[in-house]
Amino acid sequence: MSNTNKPILIVCRKAPYGSSMAREAIDIALAAAAFDQALSLLFAGDGVYQLMKEQHSESIASKNHGKVLTALPLYGIDTLYVESNALRLRGLEATDLLLPVQLLDSDSIKNLMAKQQTLINI
Amino acid sequence: MNFSLLVLGAPYSDQSVNTALRFAEAVTATGNSIYRIFFYHDGVNNGNALITPPQDENNIPAQWQQLAQHNGIDLVVCIASALKRGVLDSIEADRYERSADNLAEGFTISGLGQLIDASVHSDRLVTFGP
Repeated sequence: MSNTNKPILIVCRKAPYGSSMAREAIDIALAAAAFDQALSLLFAGDGVYQLMKEQHSESIASKNHGKVLTALPLYGIDTLYVESNALRLRGLEATDLLLPVQLLDSDSIKNLMAKQQTLINI
Repeated sequence: MNFSLLVLGAPYSDQSVNTALRFAEAVTATGNSIYRIFFYHDGVNNGNALITPPQDENNIPAQWQQLAQHNGIDLVVCIASALKRGVLDSIEADRYERSADNLAEGFTISGLGQLIDASVHSDRLVTFGP
């Protein structure tokens, strides 16, 4: 596969549990990283719950999504954005999250999306 | 313009599948092209050859097959999503010693790299999902 390095933004907007969609979005990110694609993630809407500290998923027999996310920097995925309004609406702050992120307001999100070649909204 | 589609919904459960089909038909009908349709998450069920709808409903796997056949489109189901949902081609059925395979003709099983490849080689990647 030729790598023309078109930047990809994956918009993660699903809560971490309740459906496998959140995990499968991260799998796309890991695949893109394996092919050396320029990649960033934006956590928006209920997707901000994916980044919450202290997830105890063993009680619902699910893999710990937080642990998966903390491995992202090991795969070279370290550009993580969070929709600031989504955090605020849910009573959360950046200190509640398990990775360092950049908070973006809606205008900044618009600018970020305009710079991408590919958006995967999942 | 050259499109690729990412289909996440299960047939008969999610309207997004019908929307994706109609979008794909519109793309090909207007002189544009489709590089690949990648089925992921519950979308891999679109490639289940055993789907048997009632007579008054469309056969969705057959609609995908016709679309692909008429327009030379690559239909790819994600292997990780497909295996755990019981969609297997004969090679995977042999590998995991299953009693049958059920991947519909015209579909192939491959990895997520095919989605990344599609995003690189298409002007637009359009996602259809719940």
